[in-house]
Amino acid sequence: MIEHLPALIIAVPLFGAFIAPLLKKKGSAPAVWAIIITGVTLGMALLLVRGVLAQGMMVYVFGADKPTLVLPSGYRVPVRIIFEVDAIGAFMALSATLMSFIGALYSYSHVRNETGLEKYYALLLLLEVGILGMVLTGDLFNLFVFLEIAGIAGSALVGFRNYRGEASEAGIKYLIVSAVASLMVLFSIGLLYGQYGNLNIAYLSTQISFNTVDMIALGILFASFAMKCGSVPTHHWVPDAYTEVPSGINPTLLVATYASLYALFRVSFSLFGNITVNMSSLGWIMSILGVLTMFIGVTMALVQKDVKRLMSYHAISQTGYMLLGVGVGLAVLNDPAKLEAFGRDAMAGGIFHIINHIIYKSLLLMTAGALFYVTGTRNLNEMGGLARKMPYTTIAFIVGAAAISGIPPFNGFASKFLIYETSYQLSPIFAVFAMVTSVLTLASFVKVFASAFLGPPVKKYEDVKEVPRSMVVAMLILAALCLLFGLFPNVVLDKLVYPAVDALLKLSSYQTWGGLP
Amino acid sequence: MNNVILVNLPFIVVALLLAVGFYTIGFKRNLIKVVIGIEILEGAVNLFLIALGYVKGAYAPIYTMAPKEAVNNMVLPTPQALTLTSIVIGVAVSALMLAFAVNIYRHYGTLDVTKVRRLKG
Repeated sequence: MIEHLPALIIAVPLFGAFIAPLLKKKGSAPAVWAIIITGVTLGMALLLVRGVLAQGMMVYVFGADKPTLVLPSGYRVPVRIIFEVDAIGAFMALSATLMSFIGALYSYSHVRNETGLEKYYALLLLLEVGILGMVLTGDLFNLFVFLEIAGIAGSALVGFRNYRGEASEAGIKYLIVSAVASLMVLFSIGLLYGQYGNLNIAYLSTQISFNTVDMIALGILFASFAMKCGSVPTHHWVPDAYTEVPSGINPTLLVATYASLYALFRVSFSLFGNITVNMSSLGWIMSILGVLTMFIGVTMALVQKDVKRLMSYHAISQTGYMLLGVGVGLAVLNDPAKLEAFGRDAMAGGIFHIINHIIYKSLLLMTAGALFYVTGTRNLNEMGGLARKMPYTTIAFIVGAAAISGIPPFNGFASKFLIYETSYQLSPIFAVFAMVTSVLTLASFVKVFASAFLGPPVKKYEDVKEVPRSMVVAMLILAALCLLFGLFPNVVLDKLVYPAVDALLKLSSYQTWGGLP
Repeated sequence: MNNVILVNLPFIVVALLLAVGFYTIGFKRNLIKVVIGIEILEGAVNLFLIALGYVKGAYAPIYTMAPKEAVNNMVLPTPQALTLTSIVIGVAVSALMLAFAVNIYRHYGTLDVTKVRRLKG
């Protein structure tokens, strides 16, 4: 059973997605079904994490006599679709399943009055399948297929409220970006396949000699995945997509974005990890992109009036922290002394920030969804005095805002502090920018808090009530996670994050599985 | 000299198609034309994959009923399988994009991308 987990974790939500449309005429049955399926997947992800941490990388070969049998007899190269689950893949899978579960729970009340809910839940589960496939696979073409599944399901969900023109506008923007990016990924897969005749990432990384064609492939892959993860200068689709998507999908869509970030790390560290010359310049490029991303994102967030749009620009700026943290690690990858001194910690900060950001940004976007649910508007100037009417939402918002601004004891502080400390040692300017960004983030959240929750009560909202229970539960779970991750960062760092960092750094253990020469 | 051009003709066509596709996506105003640009890009990538797998004088990789001389003289099946998968995915992408375009036309009354700009700031 445990050896089939990597396949089952894809199969269960896929099965759920195809069953969901059959529950069309059954009231809230699709919602309950989605909650059950995402809950089961979450349990499987926990088992997967436990298995990977206990016994190292798990390999699953599709179509072999035994799922762990990598090479058919007489072959020298891997030929089948192989799932390779190492610590960072398991880490991302845990984030994805956790956020899909919370999103399904929140959606139960949030979209209850819409039509076409069976399709909504089917797409939610398909999006989960896409993310899980991207983070677990060890095969380049398979990566492309799941990238497309996540892109299609995600953009269909962005355009879910099709009675609003804006939703379709945001949806087609997202779809065009993801289609162009994934076609370019396919093109560079073709370049690599043409030279080395194989699609397996681990096998390719032993073969790569870094000639001109490889350099072109690396450039295209880097640019496409940076485009899909919303880094500057191709960040324009992020605010539109995050604003228009229903708030219950926001957590899953965030993880879908960071699955592209994961693919970017995988390409830089595993696929091209053997190249000793040019990786440090790639690391510098990644760090500078990160600094630009965080600064431009936060300055654009300051002037927004739409509450969800403001938070979406913050999502861009927080992506910059992850790029900076991992970029610092990549820049010193070939310098063991510096890597030991601060590179590994920088990467831990970047990867820890992924899960922290997913948690508190989902929380914030959900509170924005709750505000929209009770007031029917997202314009900050029309809100006011909601703190007394919606106590739970207010608490959730305060926790989320404190976490995103990096205030102790919430989780944003733990990872941001690691990034400040370590990026300072590579270049002090990076750390200065990171701290200024944090201050500006706090400023813009004070603005949201003052205009939406404080101030005199607005007559229009005299008889508004707290949002329904399933939304409150979803928000409080995330708020509790914010506090827990902030109070005990060492537990998460030791159990989840440092194994993930080491999985990225130890290329040789990724390459040697199943007795390949 | 002539021979070199002839052998590399598919790759030259791929480069041309990529250029045309990116031009169409970047500079055309009509949404349908943008969608067509993405289709051209997809055609370029698919042609590239097929051209990679082509071996002169080799047999198609269909193992049942293969003639005797085809043994050890088949092209690799992988690029063709990749291309088929990519075509199927491309159909889904273009269908969804055209559905969005129709919906945008319903709400905005135009397909001009410079006028479809309610989301800004």
